[in-house]
Amino acid sequence: MTVRVLVAKVGLDGHDRGIKVVARILRDAGMEVVYTGLFQTPESVAVAAIQEDVDVVGLSMLSGAHLTLAPLVVEALRERDSSIPVVVGGIVPNNDVADLKAAGVAAVFGPGASDEEIVGAIASLVPPAE
Amino acid sequence: MEVERAYDRWRRDYDAAKLRRPSFATMSGVEVDPVYGPTDGEFPGVYPYTRGIHASMYRTRLWTMRMFAGFGTAVDTNKRFREIIAAGGTGLSTAFDMPTLLGLDSDDPMSLGEVGRCGVAIDSIDDVRDLFRDIDLSAITTSMTINSPAAIMLALFVAQAEEAGVARQRLGGTLQNDILKEYQAQKEFVFPPRQSMRLVRDTIAFTAAEMPKWNSVSVSGYHIREAGSTAAEELAFTLANGFAYLELAREAGQRVDEVAPRLSFFFNAHIDFFEEIAKYRAARRIWATWLRKHYGATDERSWQLRFHTQTAGVSLTAQQPENNLARTAIEALAGVLGGTQSLHTNSMDEALALPSEKAARLALRTQQIIAHETNVANVADPLGGSWYVEALTDEMERQAEALFAELMQMGDGSMLEGCIRGIEENWFQRHIAESAYQLERAFNRGERIIVGVNDFLDGNEAEDLELLRITNEDERKQVARLATVRQRRDDDAVRRARERLATEAADPDVNLMPALIDAARCEVTVGEMMTSLAGVFGRYVEVPVL
Repeated sequence: MTVRVLVAKVGLDGHDRGIKVVARILRDAGMEVVYTGLFQTPESVAVAAIQEDVDVVGLSMLSGAHLTLAPLVVEALRERDSSIPVVVGGIVPNNDVADLKAAGVAAVFGPGASDEEIVGAIASLVPPAE
Repeated sequence: MEVERAYDRWRRDYDAAKLRRPSFATMSGVEVDPVYGPTDGEFPGVYPYTRGIHASMYRTRLWTMRMFAGFGTAVDTNKRFREIIAAGGTGLSTAFDMPTLLGLDSDDPMSLGEVGRCGVAIDSIDDVRDLFRDIDLSAITTSMTINSPAAIMLALFVAQAEEAGVARQRLGGTLQNDILKEYQAQKEFVFPPRQSMRLVRDTIAFTAAEMPKWNSVSVSGYHIREAGSTAAEELAFTLANGFAYLELAREAGQRVDEVAPRLSFFFNAHIDFFEEIAKYRAARRIWATWLRKHYGATDERSWQLRFHTQTAGVSLTAQQPENNLARTAIEALAGVLGGTQSLHTNSMDEALALPSEKAARLALRTQQIIAHETNVANVADPLGGSWYVEALTDEMERQAEALFAELMQMGDGSMLEGCIRGIEENWFQRHIAESAYQLERAFNRGERIIVGVNDFLDGNEAEDLELLRITNEDERKQVARLATVRQRRDDDAVRRARERLATEAADPDVNLMPALIDAARCEVTVGEMMTSLAGVFGRYVEVPVL
C-alpha cells in the first residue's frame, strides 16, 4: 500500500523551500504527498489529514514557533480521535526535541537530515498493511 | 573615442574625490593604485559600472556595516540597536516579526507563538516610539525589511520621526517594499499582486516628492536565492522586478530618472566565492545598460546599481556552528570584492536561533577585520581582468538576458506584466523549486560536500552554543502593551481615520500615504490599517504547487 503523507505549514511561517524539497523526496520514494499550502491552522491541518486519510503528518517549521504550534496539531488530531503520527522538520534546537516528543511528536528532523533518514523514519511510522 | 574617455572620466572623478587616507599601501609598504587595468578598459565610476559605481570606491568611504536586528518588543530591539551603534555599526536595519510582516496585530489569534520571535513586534506608533528611543534618526540611516505592510510602516516611521522633531525630508533610509519577490519566494503576501503594486506605486511617488534621502524600494534577490534559486536566477529575477517597478512608476506618470536613483538592490552572498563576485559585476553592467538603452535614462545616477549584501543564511549549518564564522567571512569578502555599498554578516548561531549578542558582535567584527586589517578595500574591483571572473561575469549576464527574454515574452513586451504573469502562472516558483531540488539531490548524492553535515563529522556532538531564547513572556508583554494603546486612544479618531483609508483605497487615483500617516498618528494599529485596506483590495491565496 502506498504511504500517504500530508505536509503542512502551520502559522505565519512562509519558508517553503524545505517543504517543497521534502515533498519531492517523499514522492521519489514512492509516497503520495498532499500539500495544503501556507498559513494553515492546527485545526485545518487535522481536518485535512483526516479527510485525506493520510498515514503521517509532516510539519515544516522554521520560524521558532514549533513549541507552540506542533503540540496544537497533535492535540487537534487527538481531539478528533485520530492517531495519525506527526513529525516535524526545520530549525529546531536540540534542547527542544525532548519537549516536542513529550508533546506527542513522533520524530524531529533537523537541518541536514538525509533523504534516507526522513523517508525511513516516516515509513517506520506506518503500520504494515493487514 | 569612448574607451579613452572612460579613463579620463575616471581620472578626473578620482582626483576630485575625498579620500580616507592620503595614500594606500600594502602591509609591507608597497604603494598601490586605486584601480588596475589597461587605460582603454573599463573603469569604476564610469558606465557601464561593471567595476563599481564610484571612481574611488572604498578609498573614500567603506561600505556601511548594516546589521539586521530585531526581536521581542520594541524596547528589547532598541537596546540591541544601541549596542550595535556603540560597537561601531554605521546603519540600522529592522527585522520585524512574522505577524508584523503579515500585517497582523500581536493579539490576533493567528499571531499565537510568533510574536517577537523572528523580529520585533510593531503594532502601533507607540512601539515605533520605543524602537527608536534615544536614536537620532537624522544622523543614522534606517532600513526596514517589510513588504506587504511597507506603506504602513513608512507612515508609522514618518509620523513618529515628525513627533520627535525630525522632518520627513531629513529621514534617510530604505524600505524593502519589494512585493513581487514575496509572491516569488518569501511568501509574506497579504493583498493580491496588482493591488499590492498600487501601494508600491504610492510609496514611490510619496518618497520621490517628500523624502529626498529615502530609497523607496530595495529590490531583493536575497530571498529568491535563499528559497533555492541559482545565482543567475537571483540576478535575473531581481533585476526584472526592478525593471517592473520602474515601469509601474512610469505608468503612473513619473520619469525614469525621478525613480531609478531611489531604487536600491539587495543580493545574497552565497558560498561560491567567484560566482558571487561575477554576479554583482554583471548586475551593475546589466542595470546600467538596460536603464540607458531600454528605459532611456539620462541621469548617471539612474544607471548606477547600488546594493546591500547579506551573507547566505542557508549556507549556515546547525552542526559545528562555529564553522559558520568561516563561511560568513568568505561570503562577506565576496560582497566586498564585488563592490557592495552595505553589508550584513550573519551570526554563527543563526541556523539554530536568532543571534545572541556575542554572536552578533563576532559577525560585525568579521566585517571590521575585512575592512581594517586585510587591505582589500584599497583597490577597486581587484578581480577585474581575471580571465575567470570576467568569463563568469559574461556568463551571468548571458543567463540573465535569456530569462529576461522569457519574461518579456510573457508580458508582451512589458517587464511589469511579465513579472506579474510569471507570479500568477507560477513560473518563478517552478524555477526556484527546481533549482532547490537539484541542489538537494547533489547534496544527498554526496556530490556537494557540506562540512560537518555530510562529511567531516567529528565534533558534531559538542556542547550547544549559548542561544538567544525568545520566551512566550515577550508575547504576553507585547499583547499587554497593545491593550494599553487600544484603551487610551480616541476611538472616534480611529474610526474616522479607518473610514478615510477605506474610501481612498477604493479610488485608485489617490495616493494612500497621507491617509496612512494620519491613521498612524491616531494610533490605528497595523492590523487595523491592513484590515481596512483588505476590505477593498481583497486577500491573496496562493494556489499550492509542489
